[in-house]
Amino acid sequence: MGFWSSVVFPLLIVGMIFIGFLTSPGNAAKLPGVALWMIYILPISAIMNFLLPMYIIFTSYSVNAIEHKADTWKTLFTLPISKWAVYSAKYAFNVFLVLLCLILFYLFIIGSGNLLGVLKPDLKFYDYHIEGYLAKVFAKLFLVSLGITSLQFLMSLLWSDFLKPMGIGFVCTIAGLISVGVNWQYNYYIPYAHPALAMTGLRNNGKSAHSQGMPQFTVDMFTKEVYVSLIVAAAVFILGFLIVQKKSVK
Amino acid sequence: MVIRTDRLSFHFGDQQVVKAVSLEVPQGSIYGFLGPNGAGKTTTIKLLLNLLHAENGTIQIFDKDLQTNRIEILSQIGSLIEQPAIYGHLTGKENLCNRALLLQVPAERVDEMLELVRLKAAANKKASQYSLGMKQRLGIALALLSDPKLIILDEPTNGLDPNGIIEVRQLLLRLVKEQGKTVFVSSHLLAEIERMATHVGIINHGDLVFQGTIEELSGLSKPLVQIELDNGVDAANLLNRSGYTVGEVRDNIIFLPYISKEDTGKLNALLNQNNYMVYSIGKVQKDLENLFLDITQNT
Repeated sequence: MGFWSSVVFPLLIVGMIFIGFLTSPGNAAKLPGVALWMIYILPISAIMNFLLPMYIIFTSYSVNAIEHKADTWKTLFTLPISKWAVYSAKYAFNVFLVLLCLILFYLFIIGSGNLLGVLKPDLKFYDYHIEGYLAKVFAKLFLVSLGITSLQFLMSLLWSDFLKPMGIGFVCTIAGLISVGVNWQYNYYIPYAHPALAMTGLRNNGKSAHSQGMPQFTVDMFTKEVYVSLIVAAAVFILGFLIVQKKSVK
Repeated sequence: MVIRTDRLSFHFGDQQVVKAVSLEVPQGSIYGFLGPNGAGKTTTIKLLLNLLHAENGTIQIFDKDLQTNRIEILSQIGSLIEQPAIYGHLTGKENLCNRALLLQVPAERVDEMLELVRLKAAANKKASQYSLGMKQRLGIALALLSDPKLIILDEPTNGLDPNGIIEVRQLLLRLVKEQGKTVFVSSHLLAEIERMATHVGIINHGDLVFQGTIEELSGLSKPLVQIELDNGVDAANLLNRSGYTVGEVRDNIIFLPYISKEDTGKLNALLNQNNYMVYSIGKVQKDLENLFLDITQNT
């Protein structure tokens, strides 16, 4: 379920935007390539603030729920496999799903934008190459998602029900979004605010420079929220392993 | 000894679930671990598999300490705890293949196991559609997949029909006889265990109240004299007045401790002299079922 949601989620969202552009492009045909790409990715960057944490909540749950539902934790821990191997493999798969989802988002955006350029040649997507910039945006989104992934992974591992990790994750995401909305000075300490911070940072700090008449966007990759996300991810991952090592399987 | 525990203890909250249990399971034995529901059987098994950590006492399996040799020991154990843990969205065969991959067991073993537990026909059916008995059999196949030396099964015949119970029993007997495996099997039914076990441990309220061979358990049973006659209650009063200790009176049947043939003859004469009609008199042995009840109820 987690795997297919990682495929369906980007396909669905990019698909909707693609169909929107295909059926009612409005005055997009008048826009230059760079502005067209920016408008094309705008809805995605806007919803990522909320949808990325929610997707992580869901996918972290699904990675662990498969064992809770089948009551297979007890079996996994009676196999001649170290607890570290079981725990880290589960975590790695969780991170892989998040990465897969973001990579597919990237590929679907680039692919669908170029397809639109072919289907509707008056939309000048081919005028500008956004691949490099967008790759950095998604790389940053991946880095800031690791903190949330570790937290949600641990909660879903410890609790078999969906409501607790979902409820806590949801409340933290809302709190994170509010903290970004009101521009709280310490909001970068809240992992759930990191996707929003990363996207806001892009809008504020995305420097443009002219090179051969084309605007160039840059991404400030290692900002405070990225460092906090990586530290939280590592600390919670280690804490989780210590808990698993001591925990009894009832 | 394949399993040796020394004063193993464990509690959940305030409740002491396992109290200083010292198990001794010899190699090549079928060790029946008996006790009523809630006696501490599953908790003990979880301690033996390192799923729970003992607060006191030690566990040695294959003469090695479980805490420090966890993976080496677990690589020689196949287990089934409570209801079988199976991925319902996978087929029976996929469940086995998945485990074979984790344990790096050759894929041919999967088909052998399906054959062994008679699930070949249902191999490609989703495990969620299996009956309880089929799930239990798949659980046993998963436990046996890695060809372990020690097999630990927690109530393996739960949910099986009589044929299934007989099959599991024959399978375990075969594994011990032909392949020299050691089986540790828990149950709350003595009748099921006495047909296959060579050794028995009885646990009640967390205490190991008996441990020994099945013959030693039978030996605990004291012989009785069973007398069937026309007026049981009056006759019992007469015997009590005459200095005998009457054990039980049930539907004109009296039970007394057996002393000797001569004493049984005297009993018969006494009853006849007092005009009681004796229909039958003889020495009987208490069956294991009653013995088990005695042991667990008196502790």
